[in-house]
Amino acid sequence: MFTVFIDQFWQLTISGIALGFIYVLIALGYTMVYGVLRMINFANSEIFMWGTFGAIVASRDLFRYNQTTEPATGGKLALVLFIQLFAAMAFAAVVSVIVELAAYRRLRARGTNRLATLISAIGMSMVLSETMRLMTDSRPVGSPRILEKVILTEVWGAQIRLDTLITIVAAGAIFIILERFVKLSRMGKAIRAVSMNEDAAKLMGINLNRVITVTFLVGGLATGAAGFFYVTVYEYTKFNIGFTMGLAAFTAAVVGGIGNIRGAFFGGVFLGLAEVYASAILGTQWKAVTIFIVLVLVLLFKPNGLFGEAVQQTRA
Amino acid sequence: MKNFNLRDFGADIWERSNRPVRVAIVIVVIGLVAMMPYAGAGFLATPIAAYDAVIVYPVAIFVLMSLGLNIVVGKSGMLDLGYVAFFAIGAYTMGFLGIHTSLNTWEIMPIGIGLAMLAGVMLGLPTLRLRGDYLAIVTLGFGEIIRIVALNVSWTNGPNGISGIPMPPDIGPLKFRLDDQKVFFWVVLAMILMTIWMIRRLSVRRPGRAWEAIRQDEDAAELMGVPTLKYKIWSFTLGAAVGGAAGVLYGSKNLFVAPEMFTLNVSILILACVVFGGIGNIWGVIVGGVILGYLPDRIRFISDARLLVFGLVLVVVMNFRPDGLLPRKKREKALVKKGANS
Repeated sequence: MFTVFIDQFWQLTISGIALGFIYVLIALGYTMVYGVLRMINFANSEIFMWGTFGAIVASRDLFRYNQTTEPATGGKLALVLFIQLFAAMAFAAVVSVIVELAAYRRLRARGTNRLATLISAIGMSMVLSETMRLMTDSRPVGSPRILEKVILTEVWGAQIRLDTLITIVAAGAIFIILERFVKLSRMGKAIRAVSMNEDAAKLMGINLNRVITVTFLVGGLATGAAGFFYVTVYEYTKFNIGFTMGLAAFTAAVVGGIGNIRGAFFGGVFLGLAEVYASAILGTQWKAVTIFIVLVLVLLFKPNGLFGEAVQQTRA
Repeated sequence: MKNFNLRDFGADIWERSNRPVRVAIVIVVIGLVAMMPYAGAGFLATPIAAYDAVIVYPVAIFVLMSLGLNIVVGKSGMLDLGYVAFFAIGAYTMGFLGIHTSLNTWEIMPIGIGLAMLAGVMLGLPTLRLRGDYLAIVTLGFGEIIRIVALNVSWTNGPNGISGIPMPPDIGPLKFRLDDQKVFFWVVLAMILMTIWMIRRLSVRRPGRAWEAIRQDEDAAELMGVPTLKYKIWSFTLGAAVGGAAGVLYGSKNLFVAPEMFTLNVSILILACVVFGGIGNIWGVIVGGVILGYLPDRIRFISDARLLVFGLVLVVVMNFRPDGLLPRKKREKALVKKGANS
């Protein structure tokens, strides 16, 4: 039972970190929206799923790659990957803003109860996943291989592949850029102000609707980038991948303390490692169960997350 | 706001009548509903099933589950997205015990209900003390976990499911038969009536008042000395009990249970019934269950897109009628508005 785990410990660790960085970006989507709205964005998992399709559309329909074409190299490779990343982020950001406009804005203006808003967001996430299911005939969609998965080097018997390395470096960079944006920019300051105290922020002349839309946009960008990395590493997507990834990323956000951007980073890496180790020990079919048990345990013993919530806890 | 709404109109007639008239109304309504299996003219049958089967499942069982979920979502304002888990627990209890022991459906019923309630307590204890949205996502996960466990452990037969589950034994002259499901309908009807009776009795007593207070403002309720956690767990557990009972009956009616019957979609459909009809109002929930249970089978031509349509319905109904088709009483609604936007 433990032999696989011990034999391949370092290999598992590396893939766990790569997976963790994907979770970090999705968790960022959850945590940012939570910060300003004090509400879980249920549609975030579907925004991620649309992001993966964005990446595939770019390589398949824009660059005409298919399952038989040779992987790209050199400058072409960098260009294709960059356009894919851009497409995934754009797809996801547009969908994210649509979610805000369709599911949240009107109800926010009316000041109705939270239950209605949550249910409207659930409805929106069904619309997103079902639209994609009908468009793809419920079939998984393979991604053409853009990136030759060359093994760069071996460390303690663990292979470091190019796609893993790109995921870790690029996802880390995107995370840092977004974190700096929220910390330093004028808009980021407004976002933090709204998340601290909505009424006071409004009184200071902050345009609440605009801040919330920008938050959804930034959250969508992060989530979409995660979609691109997912496609690059796993070369496959399906209309229903959002659910498990979303649950895992949400758990990561909770582990890190939801609303806390840096917490999302540690939570994501923690969860990526936990998931990979658990799959090695128990078998992959118990992956989702492990994630769920981690979530319940954290809620039971450290409801504010391992790294603390950014803002004072408020009750429903 | 409009001056007329069906819910207040019905309540008005009820409140003006005296006791004998009320008893008469109740008997006539129950009688009419009990005759429903005989109303099965051909045009009511759906493309995939005979009318008398359709009104048992999905319609009547959906109504029963919606009423159960309404205790959690409508009465005490907690969002449960994994209601199918309790249904699955009930159905699998029936399947497992029905195959491996000589117990019959009525003896398994309390065991199934008990196990569903136990699961409710175990899930509720860690999550109910937290914010509402955590409950939503934990229950969402729980619903899927139960399905994954059923797929992967050996005693549920994995994806093949459990088949050959025994039918309920006959009750006197009433015989359970596959080709004539009237008796099933009457049994579910009796369970629905018991649930309605339970909800109505609880609503005017301490638990009902506590739930109402929790739904409107949990912090205020706690300050007024309402043991909120206790009543939230009670509400959650009672909802689970109804779901478990529906599951036991479904297992025994269907003679077969398999993991793919208990997907997230079922939870969402039941929630849609509650929301669409009118959160918190028994009659609204029943209307929602009947419409959303019957229509999808009837309109088979959009069936591939029906979850898409449901999603749209959820968004549109929430945006334009946040309280559903038949909202709860105005007096209760007004109080919610004040406490909204927390």
